Amino acid sequence: MSWLALSLSLGFVGLAGIVSRYQELGLEKELAIAVVRTLIQLTIAGYVLSYVFASQHLIFMVLMLALMMGVAAQNAAKRGKGIPGALRIVLIGIVISEALSLMLLLFIGIPGTPQYIIPLSGMIIGNSMVASGVTLNRFSSEFKLRRGEVELALSLGAAPKKASLSVIKAAVKAGMIPTIDSMKTVGLVQLPGMMTGQILAGADPIQAVRYQILVMFMISGATAITSLIVVLQGYHTYFTPEAQLKSS
Amino acid sequence: MKIELKNISVGIRQEAQTVELLREVSLAARLGVIHALLGPSGSGKSTLLYTINRLREIQGGEINLDGKDIRQIDVFELRRRIGLVMQKPIFFPGTVGDNILFGPRLWTKDNMTLVDPRPYIEMVQLDPAWVSRDPNTLSGGQQQRVSLARTLANNPEVLLLDEPTSALDAQASEHLEALISHLCSERELTVIWVTHDVNQAKRIANDVTLLYRGKVVEHGEAKSFFAGPSTEEGRTYLAGKLGGEL
Repeated sequence: MSWLALSLSLGFVGLAGIVSRYQELGLEKELAIAVVRTLIQLTIAGYVLSYVFASQHLIFMVLMLALMMGVAAQNAAKRGKGIPGALRIVLIGIVISEALSLMLLLFIGIPGTPQYIIPLSGMIIGNSMVASGVTLNRFSSEFKLRRGEVELALSLGAAPKKASLSVIKAAVKAGMIPTIDSMKTVGLVQLPGMMTGQILAGADPIQAVRYQILVMFMISGATAITSLIVVLQGYHTYFTPEAQLKSS
Repeated sequence: MKIELKNISVGIRQEAQTVELLREVSLAARLGVIHALLGPSGSGKSTLLYTINRLREIQGGEINLDGKDIRQIDVFELRRRIGLVMQKPIFFPGTVGDNILFGPRLWTKDNMTLVDPRPYIEMVQLDPAWVSRDPNTLSGGQQQRVSLARTLANNPEVLLLDEPTSALDAQASEHLEALISHLCSERELTVIWVTHDVNQAKRIANDVTLLYRGKVVEHGEAKSFFAGPSTEEGRTYLAGKLGGEL
């Protein structure tokens, strides 16, 4: 793709800007920042990936993964306003889910080289970030909504985990639904990025589909693990050591 | 089971400040009698019940259950022994039976041991056949009875009632009053009943405490309180002129 063609694609962002202006959404500034960030971040990522792929050093790959997980956790933690230690909670969730997913990928024979590990990890971490953000957001609103029910369960002698069970279930469910929905419609409504990229690069579509199936299954597991770890750490923050619900 | 509160203070943190909800509250509730907790809105009545159930923490003083500080009793065991019925009935997902068995299932090891919920439904004078009904389809009075049965299923020694009749009509209220009076004497329960209805307190209570702005202003036998309060606040309250909120 030529630089001219790429510049013309800014027209799509222009359309979004027109919608924002016309509907008085006030998103023009956000949109402009997003465009600049996309350009800078992806360009840097391109050069960094070229370097990492060429060097084949494990340390660069680990550093890259650490950076990806840190940024993802920081972004998702913004959804957990009012939850003490949200960043730590999300980071632990993402790290564990990434580690488990990688172990599984290596076990089934995916090569442990940066060319495979970094893009696959990008998808695991990106989806875990979305799942943990949605989970935290829902978690916090459910605790407000179901405060009476949680306190009732405590008053009857339930431990905090048992008392929060309905909140935990609702939040994990909310975190997993986007992945489940996209699994249901994949290939019918959307052709996922990785598969599209491989096909555009000239790969055999059947081979691309196999990788995509692997990715979808991997993401479903990763988001479930992340959401669960996030809520299992998060519910503690709502209670005192005496199993009392903290005042909101 | 006798409950004694000695100079307890309770506060909550609000915007870097502690707001005192209860100030040096002392009272005693005797075994097998109904103790009415009176006071205008915002006087700390509900907070006091929640504190006895240890859903709120005391900042000063102590609460003793038969002479033992409640902080020395396992908090889950304490909450089983001190049952709380909340003002507005809330139900867990499931049937009347599921709700009644919520407590007993917490105490059984395998979580599935069969405890029959029907005796508890009968205890609150409802039809045992309602065991599989959705409690949300019942009337307000019936819901409050299911709520009471759920608390009783834990076999508590103390019953804390937070305005259980506030949403009920006169007839349903009187039925519930009669039921609780009966249970109190039959099961030798110590009952602390929050109400803002003076006439209700006259009908049900043996002892009375009047709270005002987080402090106890009257405490003693119901008969003597209603015959002639010993404080100005007590007289103003019975005249219906004691203002609420802190």
